[in-house]
Amino acid sequence: MIEGRVFKFGDHIDTDLIIPARYLNTTDPAELAKHCLEDADPSFAREVRPGDVIVAGVNFGCGSSREHAPLAIKAAGVACVVAQSFARIFYRNAFNIGLPLLECPDAPRIPAGSRVRVDLQSGRIEVLDTGEVFTARPIPPFMQEIIAAGGLIPYVEKRLKGR
Amino acid sequence: MGMTITEKILAFHAGKEYVEPGEIVKCRVDVLLANDITAPLAIKEFERLKVPLFEPNALVLVPDHFTPNKDIKSAEQAKTVREFARRHRIPHYFEVGRMGIEHCLLPEQGLVVAGDVVIGADSHTCTYGALGAFATGVGSTDLAAAMALGETWFRVPPSLKFVYTGKLKPWVGGKDLILYTIGQIGVEGALYCAMEFTGPVIEELSMDGRFTMCNMAVEAGAKNGIIAPDEKTAAYLEGRARRPYKFFQSDPDARYQAVYEFDVSRLEPQVALPHSPANTRPVTEVTHITIDQVVIGSCTNGRLEDLRVAAQVLKGKKVHPYVRLIVIPGTQEIYRQALREGLIEIFLEAGGAVSTPTCGPCLGGHMGVLAKGERAVATTNRNFVGRMGHPESEVYLASPAVAAASAVLGRLAHPDEVVKA
Repeated sequence: MIEGRVFKFGDHIDTDLIIPARYLNTTDPAELAKHCLEDADPSFAREVRPGDVIVAGVNFGCGSSREHAPLAIKAAGVACVVAQSFARIFYRNAFNIGLPLLECPDAPRIPAGSRVRVDLQSGRIEVLDTGEVFTARPIPPFMQEIIAAGGLIPYVEKRLKGR
Repeated sequence: MGMTITEKILAFHAGKEYVEPGEIVKCRVDVLLANDITAPLAIKEFERLKVPLFEPNALVLVPDHFTPNKDIKSAEQAKTVREFARRHRIPHYFEVGRMGIEHCLLPEQGLVVAGDVVIGADSHTCTYGALGAFATGVGSTDLAAAMALGETWFRVPPSLKFVYTGKLKPWVGGKDLILYTIGQIGVEGALYCAMEFTGPVIEELSMDGRFTMCNMAVEAGAKNGIIAPDEKTAAYLEGRARRPYKFFQSDPDARYQAVYEFDVSRLEPQVALPHSPANTRPVTEVTHITIDQVVIGSCTNGRLEDLRVAAQVLKGKKVHPYVRLIVIPGTQEIYRQALREGLIEIFLEAGGAVSTPTCGPCLGGHMGVLAKGERAVATTNRNFVGRMGHPESEVYLASPAVAAASAVLGRLAHPDEVVKA
């Protein structure tokens, strides 16, 4: 179960906004986290705390295949991203590195700055101050397998052992 | 029920007779690709598995993003890739001076062929759909897993069919067609889908124009862009292809999630205004916008035909005194051919800078990063906030013809304003 504050963003938050290419001369997640979303909200990386949740509109993560984008978000402490829709490469990358994503059609109605409790299993998102409940689509079974294994690389390790 | 070309290639590589959209399939992969930004992460993940590469011949490593290295950190990243290539005896590692921008290089070198399944740790891997291959961008961890397994999983995408009819006006080409298309459907218009480009206009289009179109499929959110192979594809592959290839075609009764028909006879050269590739206008509506820099290059428009068109516009002209023109041939081979044809001479005479192949300014790496408030016209594929440098700079996406004309006039320009018929 995740509990944290909501940081709201709009539609089409691209990977250049999440982590600009000028910081891609490193793969160190802690370094990347310092610049997470800085061109969209310069105070974000300073203010975000472990367990917080990003809430956004459509097509979150569009653009580059850079895995540095979900890595930066995860290393910044974000527990999950809730959006109306995700760009597909970002979607795969996030699960592969263990950053859960939830697709929620009503994401824009989740209030900025509110505290929420998120149940990844059921997709239930509760706003703690008001009790209002939003529902995300359940995570597809195949992605759940990857999460259950602890990410793609442990999943592959298991498969290689089975050969 | 018939299948689309995308479905057929995925079915073939999954060892199945039939697949349908939504289904998750495990596919054999023919080519795996990574660059100096994405390979170091993939190598780190791959090495955790402690297994051999499934096939060293299938992995292609191209240091093209921050090379020749712009700083110490990027030099360290490139070194990681170089040492991995040597340790694993990777034959398809391309060093500075013998390389190219990955998506120009792989087709040119015959490393990708029709009917392939290709995954690349770069979103513009979808470029190879122009050869009738299924090609898509993935992240580094996905690539690492495929380096070990020789396969990856896909959700079979629904296909969208784009039919282009009519006859293109002069100066209108692949870049204008794709910018117009993204403008029509939006940057999420093809989310999770395959974009299949068809119709008489596509049949007429050169291979270079087709690469440009498939390159930008990802800008509409697509998983892949694809064009059915024909005699032009065969002519391109002839003498290049390093492996046997297979031509797949969509069945007449294949199912599409949607079909778009565009009569493009009246289409003007297009420009995508900041900060979205979908924010497109005919160039004639934006000729009042002054600019500081022009970039002609990238995996979208750094091919020989692009340089030829740019040279046609720039021949005997001078770059506007307030504008910096940067021309970046996509590969060493394109560079050499441009030299032989006198194109490089034309760029230099005009007052342009010509660079060794690099992604360079396209993603704000080096070789032309923008300062606060500056505007560039670029033949690249993205104009997101901060893409080419300062978050308060602006990028206007256009064809090489429009970019070259804009370099001369110091503002966005229609090529007809510079070259009188």
